[in-house]
Amino acid sequence: MSEAVKPLRVLIVDDEAPARSRMRDVLADCAQELALEVAGEAASGRTALELVSQAPCDVVLLDVRMPEMDGIEVAQHLQKLDQPPAIIFATAYDAYALKAFEVHAVDYLLKPIRAARLKEALARVRTARPPRPEALRELQRAPRAHLSVQNRGKIELIPIGDVVYLKAELKYVTVRTAKAEHLIEESLTRLEEEYGERFVRVHRNSLVARAAIRGFERATEGGETNWVVILNGIEERLPVSRRQQHIVREFSR
Amino acid sequence: MARSINQNAYSGALPNFRNLGIALRIVVIVNVMALAAAIVQVKDMRQLMSALVEASAIVQPLLLLSLVVLVGLNDPLKRLPYALGALAVFAIELVLTTLLYSVGEPLLDAGPAPLLRYWALVALGTGTLLVYFDLRGRALSPAFTEARLQALQARIRPHFLFNSINAVLSLIRQNPKRAETALEDMADLFRVLMADNRSLSPLAREVALCRQYLDLEQLRLGERLQVEWHVDKMPTDALMPPLVLQPLLENAVYHGIEPRVEPGVVSINIYGSRGQVHAVLRNPYRHEGAHHAGNKMALANIRERLQLHFDAEATLDTRVGEDTYQVHITLPYVKGAET
Repeated sequence: MSEAVKPLRVLIVDDEAPARSRMRDVLADCAQELALEVAGEAASGRTALELVSQAPCDVVLLDVRMPEMDGIEVAQHLQKLDQPPAIIFATAYDAYALKAFEVHAVDYLLKPIRAARLKEALARVRTARPPRPEALRELQRAPRAHLSVQNRGKIELIPIGDVVYLKAELKYVTVRTAKAEHLIEESLTRLEEEYGERFVRVHRNSLVARAAIRGFERATEGGETNWVVILNGIEERLPVSRRQQHIVREFSR
Repeated sequence: MARSINQNAYSGALPNFRNLGIALRIVVIVNVMALAAAIVQVKDMRQLMSALVEASAIVQPLLLLSLVVLVGLNDPLKRLPYALGALAVFAIELVLTTLLYSVGEPLLDAGPAPLLRYWALVALGTGTLLVYFDLRGRALSPAFTEARLQALQARIRPHFLFNSINAVLSLIRQNPKRAETALEDMADLFRVLMADNRSLSPLAREVALCRQYLDLEQLRLGERLQVEWHVDKMPTDALMPPLVLQPLLENAVYHGIEPRVEPGVVSINIYGSRGQVHAVLRNPYRHEGAHHAGNKMALANIRERLQLHFDAEATLDTRVGEDTYQVHITLPYVKGAET
């Protein structure tokens, strides 16, 4: 390869300090044969997303098991970027994840990390395609702790606990929190599958956070009287469809 | 290793024919087999009774005679190695069958079946009984309990092993001294994990092992893991099943500390009281998230081991508090040799 190739910018993400320092050491070993530089280190998924937003990088070395936001979720949020970095997962032991990585041809490293293996993975990065969303979704075991939107090159996280309702409109889903409204490119059905315990469907096009429901009332609109749901934190009321009226009874109990 | 397994393995033994229960079992099983044979034989269920009587005429004399002979020969048979003893029982049965056949043949009016057929039936019945008694012996043998204990032997999470190795590797270049201690701790921990852990172990040793384990976790987790020991009132000479505390601490770290960003406290409180030893382990806990099948399995394993050692005298209770998870173990205070 020519000398003109720009060095790979690598971000290390792991919640354990010794694991990060080990990764740095092994990267230093690889650097002798492969042009690369460490773009930074992050101890949490949140920090990683901030760092990537500030200074783009080519590869993220991503620990799978991390508190608050695991590696799989971080990877999903990273896909919101216009040019998402390549991802190489790292895991100590996780039979489930390993199988899924193999099935979906997602690149991964086993801890303890070996320099030779890391070099191979990094060498493939330039030609690798980002992991497909279905692959990541399948790898995901618990509902994501956040939804995310891209906002002028930055990834904005919306903690799922802040969401009052999700409403489908055409291609997008509106994510409504007490403070703001965001549009995300996901399907309502899939969100319902993911957060089935947290949200309840009140209408063909809307999911409402169970915790945000304050009550129900009858409202007349266009000459038709229907139930609407009263929500905590926002003035807006959402109609309850005829098919979902049993919810009103369930909640009044 | 192979030898120690052999020593503990259950080597078959003939049942004690003098035991009334054994004799009763033989009578019942043989008669059930005779009934089955009669049912197979008849085309019409109305003939069952006569078929049964006919079969009985052959089965009962042999059965009674066999029992008398076996009771008489019980001791010499027991002295033989199992395989020889079993062969001897077969031989006795075939000889008795032949005897009865030669005596009884003229008495049976309907031309009886050839001797070979009786031999085959008797051999099958004898074989079935011997296999049954062998299985029963195995199920009740102390060796089975031992084997169960061995199967329940605590297994460390691979997650811990590989993460720890990774952490030690990171130390080798920057802090070789610390890496050395860590490897020593790991060696000790694995020595115990791989040892034969079926006999009781002094509490002091268990606690020392837990400290080594937590030191290793500290290496990875740093100040996220805070440990509080309350062991001043611990009866150090008390005996407990080995590797009961360590897996519980492993759970505490895995489910209580690792999923948290902020530091959390794992507390260990061990004390003696009124002839009992109590161990109370507490860790932070958050309700959200999926339930942990792994945790339940580890708890079931520990519970069973406590039961195998102490029966109903030992208990393990878990309590989920507002934001803590607590495991409380109570054991009878069994004193070990002074250490």
